[in-house]
Amino acid sequence: MSGIVVIGAGQAAGQAAASLRQEGFEGDITIIGDEAQAPYQRPPLSKAYLSGEVGLDRVLVRPEKFYSDKNIDLRSSTRAEKIDRTAKTVSVSGGDTISYDKLLISTGSRPRILNIEGSDLKGIHYLRTVDDVDGIREAMTTAKSLCIVGGGYIGLEVAAVARSSGLNVTVLEMEERILQRVTTPDMSEFYHQLHAGRGVDIRVNTMVSGFEGEGSVSAVLCGAETIAADLVIVGIGIIPNIELAEAAGLHCENGIVVDDHCQTSDPDIYAAGDCTLHPNPILGRQLRLESVPNAMEQARTASANMLGGDKTYAAVPWFWSDQYELKLQMVGFSADGNSAVLRGDKSANEFAVFYLNDGKVVAVDAVNSPKEFMVAKQLYGKTVNAADLANSEFELKSLLK
Amino acid sequence: MPQVKFIEFNGKEHIVDANNGESIMTAATANLVPGIDADCGGECSCATCHVLIDATWQPKLPALSESENSMLDLNPDRTEESRLSCQIPMAEDLDGIVVNLPEFQY
Repeated sequence: MSGIVVIGAGQAAGQAAASLRQEGFEGDITIIGDEAQAPYQRPPLSKAYLSGEVGLDRVLVRPEKFYSDKNIDLRSSTRAEKIDRTAKTVSVSGGDTISYDKLLISTGSRPRILNIEGSDLKGIHYLRTVDDVDGIREAMTTAKSLCIVGGGYIGLEVAAVARSSGLNVTVLEMEERILQRVTTPDMSEFYHQLHAGRGVDIRVNTMVSGFEGEGSVSAVLCGAETIAADLVIVGIGIIPNIELAEAAGLHCENGIVVDDHCQTSDPDIYAAGDCTLHPNPILGRQLRLESVPNAMEQARTASANMLGGDKTYAAVPWFWSDQYELKLQMVGFSADGNSAVLRGDKSANEFAVFYLNDGKVVAVDAVNSPKEFMVAKQLYGKTVNAADLANSEFELKSLLK
Repeated sequence: MPQVKFIEFNGKEHIVDANNGESIMTAATANLVPGIDADCGGECSCATCHVLIDATWQPKLPALSESENSMLDLNPDRTEESRLSCQIPMAEDLDGIVVNLPEFQY
């Protein structure tokens, strides 16, 4: 066996390398990644890494020496350029060609780029990589006014960190509410009020038309309106990196299409993480997820199957977001519910909203309520009594028996 | 460098070196100890790094925070020895600590 090659060196790649060695695979493992760092976790980038609370060593998926210790060839700052499925090789920047028996594509995603007047000015940042955040952190030391384009989780997490370090913060959202794509009107309103209460100026129904400045950005233009800003962070969504797979003729849609074994349309090629469009047997539909737990679980699934195993991917999606002292933990998708049950005290920033579909738990948004999050993870798809959930005296544990 | 002895549910032992300040979870994942999923990477967000620590070591551990306690509370396998390993930084006085792994993470 000539070995397993992994393209992309993010969370899924780091987990796959660990899982492969853990499962006893002793052959060659090569990881190809265009960033300079060993695989690291992205969630802390817009939270504790941005605030300076943790450094790079604390966000690595595995310590750097893990790769050499486990005889894993980690090729950082290297770009995979072409997959030749007939020869079963990957060509990389610098001219090398690497053979594979099995290939894992975990190329992740990249930020959607805003292409409008002035968008090449200095001081306009995106947030996806350690390098991006190092740049933002440095800019934050001298910046006074931060304008965030996009009211999604990334933008709001950055807003929380920046407000806490004393910057003036404006968030511009083109839709009628923040978090529109990912949560309910009630949760959007809750987070809107939270940020407004901390002094963030949130403007909805606001479309950015351009940026102004002499070399470096000084203002954001929204039609006739001008918002002063010496630092801009754009967080308007991501695009899955499927080009390499597509060029190799693999079946791709809005993501690299894989089956429930994380196998692509080529039986020797697997894919994991943000870049995949995959079936979720529990939800009964195809999903493309921007999610660490998904990247981890798909990496474990692909690893087991590349070694000849028979592991099916079947996990309920979950997510989390830290803003100020609030930890939001989510299970499933609230849009799958047809009724909502509030448990806890919204005004105390400690509550959970359970979403039910015909009495079955299909999602939860839990704010500073880890118990409710844990119970929803285990109760997913089960029928519950809504009145029990709403009664905060009711012991949730009894539902698990 | 303090050592941690992990014991898998099936009895298999792993003795690993840990850096001071690094969590027991990190000591496990960095050394390919199976049985700790650590899905959230150590942010006390997922409870997939549940471990059982013998009563004799308990007094030396940092106190259970409210959030760790809540995360553990819904774990059907919770015992008085349960902790989330991401919340326990290693230190010299924990050298030799024995960490038992549960059968499943939830």
